[in-house]
Amino acid sequence: MEHFNLALVDWSRAQFALTAIYHWFFVPLTLGLSFIVAYMHTLYYKTGDEKWKNMTKFWMKLFGINFAIGVATGIILEFEFGTNWSNYSWIVGDIFGAPLAIEGILAFFLESTFIAVMFFGWDRVSKKFHMLSSWLVAFGSNLSALWILIANGWMQNPVGTRFNPVTVRNEMVNFFDVALSPTAVFKFLHTVSQAYIIGALFVVAVSAWYLLHKRHRAFAKKSILIASVFGLLASVFVAMTGDSSAYDVAHKQPMKLAAMEGLYDGETNASLYAFGFLNSQKDNTNFKGIRLPSMLSIMAFRDASAFVPGVNDLVNGNEEYDILPAETRIEKGRLAIGALAGYKKAREAGDEQLAEQNLKMFEDNYAHFGYGYFKDKQEIVPPVMLPFYSFHIMVGLGLFFILMFAWLLYASIQDKLDKYKWVLHLSVWSILLGYIASELGWIVAEVGRQPWTIQDLLPVGISTSHLSVGSVQTTFFMFLVLFTVLLIAELKIMLTQIKKGPEEGGSHV
Amino acid sequence: MYGCMKNILKKALDFYIDGFKNMSVSNRKLWVIIIIKLIIIFVILKVFFFPDFLGSRYHTDKEKSNHVAEQLINN
Repeated sequence: MEHFNLALVDWSRAQFALTAIYHWFFVPLTLGLSFIVAYMHTLYYKTGDEKWKNMTKFWMKLFGINFAIGVATGIILEFEFGTNWSNYSWIVGDIFGAPLAIEGILAFFLESTFIAVMFFGWDRVSKKFHMLSSWLVAFGSNLSALWILIANGWMQNPVGTRFNPVTVRNEMVNFFDVALSPTAVFKFLHTVSQAYIIGALFVVAVSAWYLLHKRHRAFAKKSILIASVFGLLASVFVAMTGDSSAYDVAHKQPMKLAAMEGLYDGETNASLYAFGFLNSQKDNTNFKGIRLPSMLSIMAFRDASAFVPGVNDLVNGNEEYDILPAETRIEKGRLAIGALAGYKKAREAGDEQLAEQNLKMFEDNYAHFGYGYFKDKQEIVPPVMLPFYSFHIMVGLGLFFILMFAWLLYASIQDKLDKYKWVLHLSVWSILLGYIASELGWIVAEVGRQPWTIQDLLPVGISTSHLSVGSVQTTFFMFLVLFTVLLIAELKIMLTQIKKGPEEGGSHV
Repeated sequence: MYGCMKNILKKALDFYIDGFKNMSVSNRKLWVIIIIKLIIIFVILKVFFFPDFLGSRYHTDKEKSNHVAEQLINN
């Protein structure tokens, strides 16, 4: 994309990635821990036992710290849309507007109203209403995530909309097509369920630390029991939704799947890397490793003998499997762009017939519109190494979490947690692995779909505003400082509270 | 009706005021951090560093769409 200002595009990308990565340090813990707190609160409501009350208060306090520090960090992403990505924001139109408005009105107010009741409501509101507030905070947080992930899902698979060539904006044709597209549904389920893993890992890590320091043993064991059940269910669900997401990617974003598997030449009975690495002695198309026969074909098309296209098939085309060469798509994209220009010109000149002809040509070639901005067919290939390693490390960690939670559940039931110190040490550090897996998931999703902001329709290079590179660099480093300070503040306050431990009676956050 | 609404609002306000009053010192520090953060985000970043690119240059939707169309057609 030499014709675009690469420095501007890359700095804008880097800034968005930095903001999203930092924002995502706070979000999954809020999503996951909220349900664990609500469950503990329910146990207190049902039994009236003070130990559940103290447990609820302690985890609620840690939840509150994370929520308070993280709140509004996501709004910066919306600032960036308007400033750095103005072409994209305009073209996306109502598609982002509607879900984000619902998120703002419904979910955020639900969350922010009931969070006050949740924290300040002890002995001030009825026990039932107080307990329900904890659940409403949990559902509100997850509902916020739903609308944002629907918007993201649409970028990966733009359905339910129509591009208006007069306003050059997308207009929603069918809300349910947008909201219930398999891409959006699987993205939401996969993302929130991995956030539940983070919540469970956090509870396990803090509790394991208490057990290693021989503090609050009964509290820690009960917490691990609850978290391991929640974590085990979530991690099995993550594997299932991950598989469904991969199936969806195979159909809607085949280049992303090829990058995730480092598959350059398409295959029938395509194998999946159980473990793989880049053979740096050769070129970057050379991956080596242990492969599971036919598994990629099964994952992608539910058929062991199915053909899975590789990067080269998608770039050069494959007649046998009806895959258009990128060059053909580039030509069609240019026709669509030319027709859009012709349509606007004809309308201005009042030539209705010519406008109609151009509109037809535009609509016939619209599916390839974004390709028209590329000069070289290789520009449609994302950086393969990053999605490849991210995907495999993420899957490996996902399997590790299933084993870890299963073992912790078994050891909790058998009351053997104290006997295996090394597992407790591993549990303390596993929260970091959880965050690594979570961030890698986003790298797979977002780097794997490059060079697109809207799949097949809008490349990143055309999405940015005409800003000076210096101004984007300035805000990049400002965010780096701001978010780092916030993260350090969170860690410091959180660690102080963890060291203090649960207390009888507790205080409000 | 007006009196009832006023009563509910007063109760809600008291609920928040009591809640904040009963916070421990460390939690007040947390709130200070949050308020500083929100000021930085909404007052400094939004106002000085993140203007609405199209909104600050073009006044009508037609002007904005013409600008974006030009970007789409001429790139």
